[in-house]
Amino acid sequence: MMKLTVNGAPTYCYTGGKAFDPAKPTVVMIHGVLNDHSVWILQSRYLAHHGWNVLAVDLPGHCRSGGEAPESVEEAAAFIAALLDAAGVQRAALVGHSWGSLIALEAAARLKDRVSHLVLVGTAYPMKVSQALLDASLKEPETALKMINVYSRSTLAAPPSALGPGTWVYGASLALGRRVLASNRSVNVFHRGFQACDRYANGEQAIAHISCPVLFLLGAQDQMTQPKAAQGLIARARESGKKVEVVNLPVGHHQMTEIPDETLAAIRDFLRR
Amino acid sequence: MPGYSDPGFDTLALHAGAAPDPTTGARAVPIHLTTSFVFESSDHAAALFNLERAGHVYSRISNPTNAVFEQRMAALEGGIGAIAVASGQAALHLSVATLMGAGSHIVASTALYGGSQNLLHYTLRRFGIDTTFVKPGDIDAWRKAVRPNTKLFFGETVGNPGLDVLDIPAVSAIAHEAGVPLLVDSTLTSPWLIKPFEHGADLVYHSATKFLSGHGTVIGGVVVDGGSFDWEASGKFSELSQAYDGFHNMVFTEESTVGAFLLRARREGLRDFGACMSPHTAWLILQGIETLPLRMARHMSNTEKVVQFLASQPFVSRVGHPLLESHPSHALARKLLPRGAGSVFSFDLKGNREQGKAFIEALKLFSHLANVGDCRSLVIHPASTTHFRMSDEALAGAGITQGTIRLSIGLEDPDDLIEDLKRALKAAEKAGA
Repeated sequence: MMKLTVNGAPTYCYTGGKAFDPAKPTVVMIHGVLNDHSVWILQSRYLAHHGWNVLAVDLPGHCRSGGEAPESVEEAAAFIAALLDAAGVQRAALVGHSWGSLIALEAAARLKDRVSHLVLVGTAYPMKVSQALLDASLKEPETALKMINVYSRSTLAAPPSALGPGTWVYGASLALGRRVLASNRSVNVFHRGFQACDRYANGEQAIAHISCPVLFLLGAQDQMTQPKAAQGLIARARESGKKVEVVNLPVGHHQMTEIPDETLAAIRDFLRR
Repeated sequence: MPGYSDPGFDTLALHAGAAPDPTTGARAVPIHLTTSFVFESSDHAAALFNLERAGHVYSRISNPTNAVFEQRMAALEGGIGAIAVASGQAALHLSVATLMGAGSHIVASTALYGGSQNLLHYTLRRFGIDTTFVKPGDIDAWRKAVRPNTKLFFGETVGNPGLDVLDIPAVSAIAHEAGVPLLVDSTLTSPWLIKPFEHGADLVYHSATKFLSGHGTVIGGVVVDGGSFDWEASGKFSELSQAYDGFHNMVFTEESTVGAFLLRARREGLRDFGACMSPHTAWLILQGIETLPLRMARHMSNTEKVVQFLASQPFVSRVGHPLLESHPSHALARKLLPRGAGSVFSFDLKGNREQGKAFIEALKLFSHLANVGDCRSLVIHPASTTHFRMSDEALAGAGITQGTIRLSIGLEDPDDLIEDLKRALKAAEKAGA
């Protein structure tokens, strides 16, 4: 792992069990709302042992990272740029899930040639959050947490999944959400993250300004960010002449944990190109 | 899954962890009786060993049939995952061995299954792990027993055989103040009667031999992690929060924010101690779990009738079930176990040891054996069997006398059970004449 100081705050990055090596290409993995680095457990560990530096970050104000939790996608994107500077990384691939996909998109637009690949997992644009869910995340976070986990789930019978055989992905996601929420006593990071998703309005401009290939990694049964909600962004990327790949996995919104192998294969193959 | 819906307990008991087999279309869970699994490539093999990819390597560590059982138990308990092991005792040992080594200390309830008491009082002491036993209802005693090297609180949801209900909210609060988890043996209650995680427990285990299997056919155990305990913040569990030479220098708490215990328990405990479950056993237990809700409801209705019958008999001096207001845990049971406090309980005859023997030997439907949680009704004399290694003082601490009889109420017609008990009570009275 790496502990960095970014914008004056302690920042935690899981490195997949390998020390950071400046000679290797780098992948930054950005989690979604009420998640942390550990949602990438298998993909990050694999990439770290197959030629990549991995920086699976805990966003500011989440779990092991200090600092103020980002209020907007733009603020979080600025943090990612600062993270690269703090780590001494000139160029990196950005991989983001859900809220993290918007952060990766915005960061890629700002960093331009400093980003080699952009992977948007479980993305949608606009990523509108219903008022009922926004309210629940603030006033009844436990209820809202259960709601989003049900919306995210595609099966009662996940195959060997992260953490490995015997894991009940639904329960693991609930437990992680509770832990992340409890990790910040001054800010409800659940509500703040959802607000940031809901308010982000620069997606189409951002996708037109990226200068790297982009992979859309979608869940065919995703009820949180339905594949149809990503089509506008995909079309805009293609219209802008970007190199676009789209992979639809037979899964819901828990891509990295419900079908980790297929998710890894899609990311790995894209990064190799 | 469109819309907001969360499957209920009965649905999870049938479906959690299992889907039609993608290769054959088999609807029931296949039994994967294989020791090992073919790697796709050398890279795949290395990635599986290094926890870069999920999958099965060797059935001591994991197996697809066992994984269904593990997911189902985690779903029913409200946990994050589970590990199937060879027995309930193996589940207790795996839990302890994952969290501590020599020089550590446990605070445990006095009201434990005799095998658990043996492990803590005798065997683990030989390995340098000390245990202080406290009466489960003496909340101050739990607090006072904490030492700087305490690593675990441990009790049974309902103590065997007195059915002292563990005040999980109160005991877990003290455990958490001390920075240690509460491990609960929920064998006698099953998740149908109580989900200990909802009340503050951190780890739950079962002897799956009992109600989960339900048919007295196989020995098995399972430990479930609630994913709520913060091992890193506690500062007491370097086993989980420091790099482990024995497994790729992995720091389990970094690898998984909520699943560090399960990672180490499987990657060290199953690997090295080897108390794994046979896939055939896992399959038989899954058959039991599919009808767990139906069976538990019948266990409880039968128990209520038998308890009321025994409580009305002049030759019975005490019936130890929280259904009765006379039981010290009556109020707590109503709060934590609204569906009932289980179908395993004890009662005392007004008679001597010989009359106790006459009672047991006169029974025809109740089987005299050392098990509980079978679909058939069972009976045993704890002082001469399950708890025979315990001193009189320890027996008294567990609420057992020389005349105590333990029953496990099965699924037979309740009138037939009561008739059997009537006959045996008469025989016991005659034996004292």
